[in-house]
Amino acid sequence: MIEWRWHLVWELAPRFVDAAGKTLLAAGGGYSIAVVLGLVLVLAQRTRFRPLTFAVREFVELIRSTPLLLQVFFVFYVGPQFGLVLSPWTAGLIAIGLHYGAYLSEVYRGGIESVPAGQWEAAKALNLSVVRTYRRIVIPQALPPAISGMGNYLVGIFKDTPMLSVIGVTELMHTATAVGAESYRYLEPYTMVGAIFLAISLPAAYLISRFEKWVRRTLGMVK
Amino acid sequence: MTEDMSRYPLRLEGDDVPMVRFRNVTKRYGPLVVLNQLDLDVSTGEMVTIIGPSGSGKTTVLRMLMTLETIDSGVIYVDGEPLTHMERNGQLLPASSKHIRRIRSKIGMCFQHFNLFPHMTALGNCMEGLVQVLGLSRREAEERSMELLDMVGLAEKRDEHPSRLSGGQQQRVAIARALAMRPKVMLFDEVTSALDPEVISEVTNVIRRLVGAHDLTMLMVTHQMGFAKEISDRVCFFFNGAVEEQGTPAKLFENPERERTRQFLNAVLDAN
Amino acid sequence: MTYIEFLQVHGSRMADGTVLTVVQFLLATVVAVVVAVLFGLMRLSRNPGVRGVATVYIEIFRGTSLLVQLFWIFFVLPLFGLNLDKFVAGFLAVGLNMGAYGAELVRGAIRAVPRGQWEAAVALNMTDRKRMWRVILPQALVIMLPPWGNLVIEILKGTALVALISVADLMFEVRQINIATFLSVQAFGTALIVYYVLARFLVTPFMRALERFMSRKIGRA
Repeated sequence: MIEWRWHLVWELAPRFVDAAGKTLLAAGGGYSIAVVLGLVLVLAQRTRFRPLTFAVREFVELIRSTPLLLQVFFVFYVGPQFGLVLSPWTAGLIAIGLHYGAYLSEVYRGGIESVPAGQWEAAKALNLSVVRTYRRIVIPQALPPAISGMGNYLVGIFKDTPMLSVIGVTELMHTATAVGAESYRYLEPYTMVGAIFLAISLPAAYLISRFEKWVRRTLGMVK
Repeated sequence: MTEDMSRYPLRLEGDDVPMVRFRNVTKRYGPLVVLNQLDLDVSTGEMVTIIGPSGSGKTTVLRMLMTLETIDSGVIYVDGEPLTHMERNGQLLPASSKHIRRIRSKIGMCFQHFNLFPHMTALGNCMEGLVQVLGLSRREAEERSMELLDMVGLAEKRDEHPSRLSGGQQQRVAIARALAMRPKVMLFDEVTSALDPEVISEVTNVIRRLVGAHDLTMLMVTHQMGFAKEISDRVCFFFNGAVEEQGTPAKLFENPERERTRQFLNAVLDAN
Repeated sequence: MTYIEFLQVHGSRMADGTVLTVVQFLLATVVAVVVAVLFGLMRLSRNPGVRGVATVYIEIFRGTSLLVQLFWIFFVLPLFGLNLDKFVAGFLAVGLNMGAYGAELVRGAIRAVPRGQWEAAVALNMTDRKRMWRVILPQALVIMLPPWGNLVIEILKGTALVALISVADLMFEVRQINIATFLSVQAFGTALIVYYVLARFLVTPFMRALERFMSRKIGRA
């Protein structure tokens, strides 16, 4: 049996606070990429150019059905083979942004498909342009049902950032493993990482569901 | 506020024990009083129909009797014994689930939306309670179920799932399923309300045959005044969670005493 | 070195890894299903203590990362005298984690079974247990199978993490090949294709077939 050492916790605290900041940075950066990329992916699937639609569809499926860990390795190691060296941070953000971009494109797609056909027809009857139809009619209605999915993936991306540790991004997991290697103590570092994740993801999930309700109310879609 | 239960008998005795007795039964949903100190007796073999505007508490009466709803005060007796309570050391205490299961076995119910089990065939629906609750052998259960499916005219549909049956057929299977359990009291909760007009008679014909044919006590909530008038021994008009007026169909439909009954009947007859 | 040559040299290693990935996936799925049904039912219990235990379990496993859980189980549990083989720790961690997500699917599906079905079971005087197993769960199963299709893919992907505790699955093997050869596109690219084929052409069609089979069996089709 092994006892819990509080002094180690206090000793490690500054390093973990720093690492938690980097974890949040990675999650935020990756999510920003994903939000934009997801939009590109969903719009590309809605063009009438069949080969593009097909290619993007399969690409999204490929990303969604293969492990993020593998994608992280792929992005990090493939560049150097062609003379393009990416820093761990760049490769990590690209990989995680790509992965979650594919997921978010599906969330957007669900939102857009939930807008009744009659809304498109009414927009056409009013002779609205395509851009205006999206901006004024479709997106405002597609957004509320998409918010729950978007929120879940925001928490999801945060919880997946430990996978970036494998290419040397110095986030929480990387720090905990480094501490373990230095001090041969695993109990405190790994438990602290778990506790920090819990302390951030639980309130985040709660705030997101509050936000979701607020958006629904504001848009008059109370249900 | 706890109720003084000592004023209720532990069980009903004597020659004239009703099959169902509501005594002082109150049901609230928050501030809304659904049933207000209801007193209602139903004799053995009697067919009682409950009519009234929506929100008058008529469906709640059946649901409380089936123990789908709890009651806030009062006692319900079935066949002389309390349903909602049980006797312990000469006192009435809230019933245990074991007690409820014992008394509940005397009651069967058919629902507005049939509530057949979609993953079982017509025969499977009828056999389910016989095998799983009464512990009959599969052979006995099948025999009894087929008798009843035959009675409701659906013997040849035995192997169909509910999704392949019409609404009228589903409701007839539901009646067979409930009767298979050999209840003493049958509850019909708006059993024709979800049906297309042309199949309503399929179901009412089955119920018509039950009247008199068995020693079965029946309580029915319906919007079909013609049917109520034709088959009931007694009709109760509910208003605001209480019996506003009751009597034989002839009296209640032809000569209602209360103004509210008249208004309700006029409104319903106008609509038809 | 052409790609064909690459496959000739390293193909059997990757095939071995794939077999281990599939085994880890199947075992993790079994753990996830058991955990999901158990905690999904506990979440619906009338007993607040039972409900609380399930809620804590689900929130902890959904609120932290699979990787953290895997490392905790593999590196920290031995400190308390619970030594798990890396192979067992691998599928156990994946299954325990995904089971927490599955529990919410079970709970949601049970609550989505129409109220009338519960009432009909009461009217037939069924016990709580029989009502659940004979009436509610069969219908909940049909409701929850489509989302389970997605979760099962997540389980497959989740097993890739076991490579990080040196279980010699596909992920582990291609990483070793990459270290030895620096042929990253070939190594990681092949693994991407293998995972994709497993997910898209084996697991997903199987889950779809299961959905169709169950809804036919349950008479909804």
